[in-house]
Amino acid sequence: MNRNGPIALIFHVLFLSFLLAPILIVCAVAFTSQGYLSLPTEGLSLRWFRAIGDNPEFIRAFKDSLLLGAVSSTLAILVAVPAALAIARHQFFGREAIQALFLSPLMVPHIVLGIAFLRFFTMIGLGGTFAGLVLSHVIIILPFALRLILAASTGMDRAVENAAASLGASSWTCFRRVTLPLILPGVASGWVLAFINSFDEVTMTVFIASPETTTLPVRLFLYIQDNIDPLVAAVSAVLIFLTVAAMLVLDRVYGLERLLVGKGRD
Amino acid sequence: MAASTETHLSGTKATAPPPRRPRRWPWTPYLLSAPGLALFAVLLLVPLAMTFLLSLNSFSFYGGIENVWQLGNYADIIADSYFHEVFLRTFRIAAVVTLLCALFGAPEAYILRRMKSPWRGLCLLIVLGPLLISVVSRTLGWALLFGSTGLVNQGLMGLGLIATPIEFMYTETGVIIALTHVLVPFMVLSVWASLQRLDPQVENAALSLGAGPLTVMRRVVLPQIVPGILSGSIIVFALAASAFATPAIIGGRRLKVAATLAYDEFLNTLNWPLGATVAVLLLIANVVIIVGCNRLVERRYKQVFE
Repeated sequence: MNRNGPIALIFHVLFLSFLLAPILIVCAVAFTSQGYLSLPTEGLSLRWFRAIGDNPEFIRAFKDSLLLGAVSSTLAILVAVPAALAIARHQFFGREAIQALFLSPLMVPHIVLGIAFLRFFTMIGLGGTFAGLVLSHVIIILPFALRLILAASTGMDRAVENAAASLGASSWTCFRRVTLPLILPGVASGWVLAFINSFDEVTMTVFIASPETTTLPVRLFLYIQDNIDPLVAAVSAVLIFLTVAAMLVLDRVYGLERLLVGKGRD
Repeated sequence: MAASTETHLSGTKATAPPPRRPRRWPWTPYLLSAPGLALFAVLLLVPLAMTFLLSLNSFSFYGGIENVWQLGNYADIIADSYFHEVFLRTFRIAAVVTLLCALFGAPEAYILRRMKSPWRGLCLLIVLGPLLISVVSRTLGWALLFGSTGLVNQGLMGLGLIATPIEFMYTETGVIIALTHVLVPFMVLSVWASLQRLDPQVENAALSLGAGPLTVMRRVVLPQIVPGILSGSIIVFALAASAFATPAIIGGRRLKVAATLAYDEFLNTLNWPLGATVAVLLLIANVVIIVGCNRLVERRYKQVFE
């Protein structure tokens, strides 16, 4: 009985088509040989992918996005690991409040954070700087990293640590040689999820990025607001290809479901 | 901190038999979370407090921002029907998007769970994958489908469903469709998570006891996944109400929602206090809805969460 009937399968196909349609059309339009937006009915062409090379601002924004994602997720991990260990394995006054504070950026709309950071960074002289972008991104991606590290450190076996300590390991050795390897899968997936969230962020970043220091999604967004041409379709298509490639690797190595749902079946 | 704990430990080791559990220094958890606390205090609480203070300031075209403390901006928004319209539209769009996500996302999660192994993984990848692709790229896809290529209208007219093209760009319909596409994976995820707790054998038991498929759906499956649908709805509603990039691209400057209104006040009109007021109202609405609904859902479905 636990099979899908024909109606369910039709629904399923329609649902997947709905999800894929806009992504496929971007990739299709990117291959057009015409000078305007059209489907590549006259034959495939790579002219718009070559055109990306003539627009170095997209390439620079892409590099800035990668660097921003890497730096801010690394910083977020450095802050989140000790915090997760404190929350997962200590009973102390204010524990719940501290956890709620660390997860609170999930509840604040990014538009509000953008406005708040624009005002704050302008005042303290970080407006439009890379440092400002990094700091703001650390705040919004920390909850994602924290949740996965928290899950990993709550689930681990404390007896191993106690054994190490009773055999004379110092607490630093104990952390480095026992605790860290045990929570490493959580830390690694936390870094990846943080990186993805930083890389895709546009709403908050559009407020605090400057023309000199900006990210690829913000550059794309501002470009699209003025005009839509095959060039943005080509840039988006490259972004989609890279994301799909990263996704397949991620799914093979870690499991996409485990990363996004937080717990896997296997 | 590590050094002090270390000397403490070796001190006890020399005199007494090793303790079963290393003694904990009472300040350890605070020291461990101190970097994060400092970061969040300076970079989250201070900027948010400053935004609230900014919303109390006044603004004039010639004098700029004036440092006075008053509730004039809030009074303006409450009195002006233009702002009513924008906020009403924002919540209307969010409500319809939430409904559509629940209507399509919940059955899809159930269908996915009943699929066989290789297909299930592949389909799950297609459903969750869009979450990792930039919102801007996905919305660009809808702009292409609605506008430039007009593929959606061509398709609908080709099928004979409509006689004249529907206007999708710069309309609520277009924004709702694109936002549903952006947010429906969250609903599938949420329902999927609640389905993990449902044992397929319970369905089989109900069937073998003579229940029809509809009864099984209504009495066995639905009660289990309703909490998933509700918590998914909270996420989708909150994200839809504060969505920015999608309404900005599909809705354009003509069809404003709260987020694009705040953006315009900040970066085009330069009326920062008014923009901050819109932001504060959006934040309050968001927090009230998320916290309030979570409480309700958790109280009503306590036994499911335990």
